Amino acid sequence: MSGPLQRARLALRLLAVDPSGLGGAHLRARTGPVRAALEADINALPGPIRRIHPAITDEQLFGGVDLSATLAEGRTVRAAGLLETPCTLVLPMAERCRSDLAARLGAALDRQSHCVIALDEGVEPEEGLPPALADRLAFSVDLEDLSLGDIGPADPPPTGARRTDAVHVPAGAISDLALLAESLGVESPRALLLALRAARAHAALEDRAELEAADLTVAAALVLAPRATRLPQMEDDTPEAEEEPPPPPPPEEPENAEQPDAPAQEQEQDMMIPQDLLLEAAAAVLPADLLARLAVGSSGMVRAGGSGAGQQRKGNRRGRPMPARQGRLDGTNRLDLIGTLRAAAPWQPLRRTHAKTAQSLHVRASDFRIKRYKEMSDRLLIFVVDASGSAAMTRLAEAKGAVELLLGEAYARRDHVALVAFRGEGADVLLPPTRSLVQTKRRLAALPGGGGTPLAAGMQAALEVGLGARSKGMTPTVALLTDGRANIALDGQADRQAAGADATRMARLLRGNNMPGLVIDMSPRPQRPLRALAEVLDAPYIPLPRADSKRLSTAVSAALDA
Amino acid sequence: MSSRQPFPFSAIVGQDEMKQAMILTAIDPTIGGVLVFGDRGTGKSTAVRALSGLLPQITAVAGCPVNAETREACPEWATITDESLIEKPTPVVDLPLGVTEDRVVGALDIERALSHGEKAFEPGLLARANRGYLYIDEVNLLEDHVVDLLLDVAQSGENVVEREGLSIRHPARFVLVGSGNPEEGELRPQLLDRFGLSVEVASPRDVETRIEVIRRRDAYETDHGRFMDAWAEADAILRDQIVAARSALKTRETPDATLRACAELCIALGSDGLRGELTLLRAARALAAFEGFETVEIQHVKAVAPSALRHRLRRDPLDEAGTGARVGRVVAEVLG
Repeated sequence: MSGPLQRARLALRLLAVDPSGLGGAHLRARTGPVRAALEADINALPGPIRRIHPAITDEQLFGGVDLSATLAEGRTVRAAGLLETPCTLVLPMAERCRSDLAARLGAALDRQSHCVIALDEGVEPEEGLPPALADRLAFSVDLEDLSLGDIGPADPPPTGARRTDAVHVPAGAISDLALLAESLGVESPRALLLALRAARAHAALEDRAELEAADLTVAAALVLAPRATRLPQMEDDTPEAEEEPPPPPPPEEPENAEQPDAPAQEQEQDMMIPQDLLLEAAAAVLPADLLARLAVGSSGMVRAGGSGAGQQRKGNRRGRPMPARQGRLDGTNRLDLIGTLRAAAPWQPLRRTHAKTAQSLHVRASDFRIKRYKEMSDRLLIFVVDASGSAAMTRLAEAKGAVELLLGEAYARRDHVALVAFRGEGADVLLPPTRSLVQTKRRLAALPGGGGTPLAAGMQAALEVGLGARSKGMTPTVALLTDGRANIALDGQADRQAAGADATRMARLLRGNNMPGLVIDMSPRPQRPLRALAEVLDAPYIPLPRADSKRLSTAVSAALDA
Repeated sequence: MSSRQPFPFSAIVGQDEMKQAMILTAIDPTIGGVLVFGDRGTGKSTAVRALSGLLPQITAVAGCPVNAETREACPEWATITDESLIEKPTPVVDLPLGVTEDRVVGALDIERALSHGEKAFEPGLLARANRGYLYIDEVNLLEDHVVDLLLDVAQSGENVVEREGLSIRHPARFVLVGSGNPEEGELRPQLLDRFGLSVEVASPRDVETRIEVIRRRDAYETDHGRFMDAWAEADAILRDQIVAARSALKTRETPDATLRACAELCIALGSDGLRGELTLLRAARALAAFEGFETVEIQHVKAVAPSALRHRLRRDPLDEAGTGARVGRVVAEVLG
């Protein structure tokens, strides 16, 4: 395998042999000469090629009643969808593809009638194709950081291509691939299937009747290596492969039958493909920053997984109205009648002269205006107040005063508030999310102090309240007021060590759930462990300024608005 | 390619819990659906599609839009052109993600309205799924307004349409099968509760199993005819077992000890409501019938407890092992 461009070209060539079986390719490249060079290869794929875009509507994909034609002709006219006839779909800006579109394309790929070329122009590491779709595409090639000089001449078109099912798979080949997938940490059985298909396609391309080592090598490099989740354990030459980024392998013509590479030289044994050769082939194209990328990938997943993490969402159901836009009625949106009429008005005289029917109002599909709303999700401030003995001793009263001030501001901003207190052995949700200021103040004033400090339990209760609120469309924020001297663990045991560990774990969980927070230290002098906890939470840490709840409230407002 | 028969159910390697859950709902549809959550590429959709090839045929009026069993049972709004009774495969209807409300519940037949000026009802997916299965892939990405429709109908077994001057009702009793990947979003608890059984699937861990998966799939794709023939017998045996279990279901006795075990288990787990107990009992009874037992034993309760209860627990955010492991632990504690 030589450079990424050659790999991409080989992938496209294999796709031409078995487009629907292999599913497609995920090519990561921004517009430029490299992509332009590839476009030619893409256009050489067999079958009709259709370009789609990430905001494509279901009507275009699945077909549907063509409303304007139906009205004009007086009988139902159906518009055919792109997914109804087999074709190759080219999806530019694939990084903007939403998960529901990915699911739809994935369903089409499962029927094995289509082939998707996803052109991913992601810039940030966390931008990329939704995994549901990427998993179904056999090939993935990263073409970033290639320059004009890297573009070689296009390879000559393939000579012979036999049917892929005519290729015989020797007994050991499947287990070779399975073992390799195992050592690369590729878990999905689908990846293995695709790898086998790619090997078959390569053998067919080379007009061979039986799979050979070279075919498996190609499959390993093109299908399995991009999906690797761990660095393989290599027996002999581990250090070089791990520490060096992919060493530039000798350039080679991929489609020629010679394959003057390692397998050919070292093939003293026979058909059984040496496992480490496959490994080498895969390792040569492992992304250099595999580990870094894995870290990004997992945290990015969490971020994307949150349901309504955004402060503001655009929808067409409810919220503050925004200017209407031209669009189609697809059953999920609403027509802006006035906007539609306004759009149709200037055309009336013109249309009337050309109209066949004698109606007084001529509205065309292009006049339809769709209502849009901007929904600001409500903020929910969850106060988690430490009412333990240690806190009561010091400044519970002051903290109460500070919370009351914050409540006043929350009321002014129309925020919701919830109140969680923890003392003794556990935490109580004193007040579920509400806007009632009076109730909150009453509950807060009646809050007694004393007992142990089950910090983790308090944070857990806050997390539950927050998740519940988020599913209702609010944006929760946790304000933790404590002196940080956790001494009751989650299971109710008085164990300072376990209590601290539990608190840290809860903090990590809160952060994992994308719940912003702030930590207010109400002990007489700032506590180091509490500062560490705030760091785990990724939250601002505010030591309570002595006897000045007003200053606290300004500090909190500043932290919240930041 | 679409005309190709689905992958045989018996040829699916491993994933025993998922297969068991699907067989149980085939025996007793009142269990109320299966939710399959798990990694990508683990055969979730394959299993559902295989189900349609496995299930015994149903007798239905040929021209009836809701697959009614007799002429009398056909809804009165439907104009039935063909009244003969035919055998047809159990319907397994796909609910695609981007589906509109009209397609789900049915709507005014625009063609007839425009061309003949008639007010006629065009049945939707819910009508087609009656007496069969409704399959939703990526159920966690389904839009809320479609979910609301489904919740209502899945509960009542009847689809009521009051729109565009139509007032129509027809039976819509189906087994809901949903699949999805939990990484892409959670399911609303209300919908979660409507599924009787919930299973988690994971990629097979050992190399041997994975090799077998690939080998069978490869044979299915390259040597289709022979592969289907080879597995036809296993599917036929399974089908006979399901049919036998269906008729045996009513005569299974449930000893008090088993009922007590169900109740104790649900109390120990703190599952909300009584739906947990009922589903647990029904599933255990179906399993007993399937395995040819005369009475429903504790062992059957044990075997189905994880699927029946896993999704009914309050979530413990610090329990990384997942609720399935928690159910297993409590089962071991309570039932020994």
